[in-house]
Amino acid sequence: MDPSLFIELTFPSVAFLLVVGFIGGLVSGFIGSGGAFVLTPGMMSLGVPGLVAVATNICHKFPKALVGAIKRHRYGQVDIKLGLYMASTAALGMWWGSGIQKSIKAAWGEAGSNLYVSAAFVVVLTIVGLFVLRDAIRIHRAGETHDEERIGNLARWVRSVEIPGTMVTFHVARTRVSFLFILPLGFATGLLASIIAVGGFVGVPGMMYVLGAPGLVASATELVIAFVMGLGGTINFAMSGFVDIRLAMLILLASLFGIQLGAIGTTYVRPYMIKVVMATIMLIVAASRAIVVPVYLSQLGHMAVSDATAGVLKVVSFAFMVAALAIGALIIIGAMVRGHRTAVAAA
Amino acid sequence: MTDAAKPWSKLVYYGLGSAACYVALFANEQAVMATFTRTDGVYWLLPVATAFVISYFHGGFTGCFWEVLGVQAKRPVPKDVTEAEVEE
Repeated sequence: MDPSLFIELTFPSVAFLLVVGFIGGLVSGFIGSGGAFVLTPGMMSLGVPGLVAVATNICHKFPKALVGAIKRHRYGQVDIKLGLYMASTAALGMWWGSGIQKSIKAAWGEAGSNLYVSAAFVVVLTIVGLFVLRDAIRIHRAGETHDEERIGNLARWVRSVEIPGTMVTFHVARTRVSFLFILPLGFATGLLASIIAVGGFVGVPGMMYVLGAPGLVASATELVIAFVMGLGGTINFAMSGFVDIRLAMLILLASLFGIQLGAIGTTYVRPYMIKVVMATIMLIVAASRAIVVPVYLSQLGHMAVSDATAGVLKVVSFAFMVAALAIGALIIIGAMVRGHRTAVAAA
Repeated sequence: MTDAAKPWSKLVYYGLGSAACYVALFANEQAVMATFTRTDGVYWLLPVATAFVISYFHGGFTGCFWEVLGVQAKRPVPKDVTEAEVEE
């Protein structure tokens, strides 16, 4: 063991991991993913080396996703078959994405790699986040927040395409589509997971808008994908000795309280709240990454940014990420409380 | 749910199991870290197995914890739809 890879545990670091773990778990239980984008840089700010932070985060992610998936399966929200199809194709995307990462790092160094990650965050999360937000606003304006979700035109077309020998029926997701549509969707989920560690930001909207799965089922099924990919990733990192089991289990200690609560919350809220929370988090995270793009451009010699300014931008960026998670959690808790009051009043 | 119907015994079972796991992990922190990060043999199985064991006990404990506090799911479990319904 190389002791320099593993930090001493102190009260502030333990408290930080427990708080972020709980909030990340709450968001994951509700929208299927979340927390990783704060936990990894958060651990690095505590002095954990980048590779150990990624490995440790992924080691807490798979048991958390397992517990969340079991819980939401009891509510009838998980399509295990769809999750396994998506996970198997996501593994290909993750493998391909890791290769791209290594090539970029070899060609442009750490700054080039960071710029690539941030640019992916900004472009993907802005486009998908705005799309999801637009849909949530449309549902709200149409007064359909209590209704069953309508299937969009794209999903309607995807369902109508019959390719013999490739059609698969997913009973819980209430859809029947060709495997050839799942392949690129799973691939994109894995590719995004390899870049920003949160493949669910593509996987969940993809299952909703491309395959036509209800939001609750898509977010619950994402937990199956997270479990399979997290388990594979943990084995990979553990073989190289990078997993800090103490930190991973400390995060898990709090995140399992959160994920149970988030899963329970899905039964109280209107289905469109999944879209509201997801869009809000995605857009704030995209903004947080956009803030640090000048820092990496400066490191590559394309812009002039002083060290002091770069320091401020990095702090502001991290604050935005924490805010994304906190605001997401507040919306979830608010929606749960309102849903609970309505249920009590109706009883 | 009445107080008697709450899963107190499960809470205690899972809670003790979870606490025992965490005490074992942190009371032997140095030895655990030295062994779990070895790259020879099948030592990579140790962190994976630990995560599974803790998720069983602590997952069970946290589930019972919210239930005992009265925080429970609202909706009944929906049934899976039939093949014909999917194709509609």
